[in-house]
Amino acid sequence: MTSSAAPNPLFPSLRVERNPDGQSVVKVSGAWNLRSIQPVARTLRQQLTGHAPGAQWDLSAVSRLDHAGAMMLWHAWGKQRTGHLQLRSEHEIFFAHLEAGPTLADKYGKRVERRRSLWVPGRAVVTLGEHIMQVLILLGKVSLAFMEAVRHPSRMPWREISANVYRTGAQALGITALVGFLIGVVLSYLSAQQLKAYGAGIFIVNLLGISVVRELGPVLAAILVAGRSGSAMTAQLGVMRVTEEIDAMSVMGIPYTLRLVLPRIIALAISLPLIVLWTNAIALVGGMVAARYELDISLTYFITELPDAVPVANLWLGLGKGMAFGTLIALLACHFGLRIEPNTESLGVGTTNSVVAAITIVIIVDAVFAILFSSVGVP
Amino acid sequence: MDATEAATGCIIEIRHLWTQFGEQVVHRDLNLCVHRGEVMSLVGGSGSGKSTLLREMLGLEHPSRGEVRVFGVSLRDGDPAELHGIRNRWGMLFQEGALFSALSVFENVALPLRELKTLDEELIHDLVMLKLDMVGIERGHAAKMPSSLSGGMVKRIALARALSLEPELLFLDEPTAGLDPDRSESFCSLIADLRRELGLTVVMVTHDLDTIVSISDRVAVLADQKIAALGTVAEVAAVPHPFIENFFQGERGKRALEGLKSPAAVSASGQQER
Repeated sequence: MTSSAAPNPLFPSLRVERNPDGQSVVKVSGAWNLRSIQPVARTLRQQLTGHAPGAQWDLSAVSRLDHAGAMMLWHAWGKQRTGHLQLRSEHEIFFAHLEAGPTLADKYGKRVERRRSLWVPGRAVVTLGEHIMQVLILLGKVSLAFMEAVRHPSRMPWREISANVYRTGAQALGITALVGFLIGVVLSYLSAQQLKAYGAGIFIVNLLGISVVRELGPVLAAILVAGRSGSAMTAQLGVMRVTEEIDAMSVMGIPYTLRLVLPRIIALAISLPLIVLWTNAIALVGGMVAARYELDISLTYFITELPDAVPVANLWLGLGKGMAFGTLIALLACHFGLRIEPNTESLGVGTTNSVVAAITIVIIVDAVFAILFSSVGVP
Repeated sequence: MDATEAATGCIIEIRHLWTQFGEQVVHRDLNLCVHRGEVMSLVGGSGSGKSTLLREMLGLEHPSRGEVRVFGVSLRDGDPAELHGIRNRWGMLFQEGALFSALSVFENVALPLRELKTLDEELIHDLVMLKLDMVGIERGHAAKMPSSLSGGMVKRIALARALSLEPELLFLDEPTAGLDPDRSESFCSLIADLRRELGLTVVMVTHDLDTIVSISDRVAVLADQKIAALGTVAEVAAVPHPFIENFFQGERGKRALEGLKSPAAVSASGQQER
């Protein structure tokens, strides 16, 4: 605005002139605020370097200045006030700030370096141990809360249990039906190809019946529910922890294990076996339909033959597994939810870990069941 | 300065604004003009739509009818590039700070500067440290995560972040709520200093009478779905309106206004502190 030499009064610029004594004077002009300098910061930086330390600086043509502009000049002067400096009085304050800032002298270190030790596997084992310990403690607390609730049935959180059964069970019917039906169709279709080769088509009933009722139904339902309800539980508890709702509850004398953890575990222990039953039924329907078209086995034959081919112990085993899986999924989901720290990253990591751990534990426990009950339900 | 802004003299201009949530009318034909360089306080009872109005000035929500212009650009149908440009010219301090919880204090303040993509790391580092210094955060806290800080510190860091792009316009939502009296006083004088040095325009929503009295040039009272009174603190306090009488003539109001009786002393001490 005052500078008549600069073509655009708002454009930050500098040029070197010689004063009558033959000394070089760096004339800085234009607006040196962040908004004006940021588009041309690279060029300005180049222009600013390489001036003799003794050069005079004339900032009187600077129309606007802010901390960013002052800082840029400050850097050009080697982070100190240059000896020969002319500037407007109202701009003095910015350099006063910079001079007063001893905190700028030393470099702010990078984030505290996490020590990369060689003992990463060792630390993983320790972490696993911690998790197991905490899960056991949580299980103990929940068991105590359960005993308490059994002794005083009025304290049992019935409403929460029923809400959770609805959320984890009734609302999961659609997705489990879809997945169950398609798995039934695929399994039946692929088995039929092989069985036809041996002329053993009618054994499709045994094959499908045992594999779905004993193994696939429970595991499939558990994996779907772990992804669907386990993650939701972790996120819910995590957010409640972040917003201090859990602390508020404890302060009121309501144990969170009784009101938050117990109903989720009980609800999933009730709803997962029911979901397993539902998934079994739909998967068998899918299998039946595929067998009807691929092997010409009528639906009536399939249904009448099923009880002979599959001992009923398999069904109980499947439902028992469902109950165990449900308890474990809810317990792990709550455990991870209660560990969440008040930041968004932790919420993401916690939810991921919860689902991964739940699915892994479901498969491990399934293997244990397979070994323990290897002689049960096999004709 | 932009042409439209120069014509009206308003950095923020609200014309015939209506806000409706379903049947409920929050603002009815509301008009307001914020001049460049002033500190404007928005006061009003709970549910009077102060925060909604602030969010509408920031373009986070759109009014049902009417227009909000900031820097002369209409927030509803302005050119997208222009709208992007004005977002670098204002800063907002949210009530709870709204620091990014996954980033350290330093990274939080550096983020808007890094987003410009043109500044070198050393300049960013020194600017961040300067801003933290200005709001009174010691460098030892720079590497900490927001979750490990107290509410007052979060607020000051959020202010440093709001100031990191050297804004011309600063929005404050309850800047002193949750701070102890000493801290809120130094917060006020910090805002007053910044405003003097940088020529900031400040719009703040607050309940705190001391804050209103000590730094605002004008007060806008939101009541009955419109601006019920607008003027200096003394002018507004004299308006006969039930809400204003309650707000300014209560015990606390009287005490805060007491200072206004000797305006010379107040403004002098307010300016020279720190």
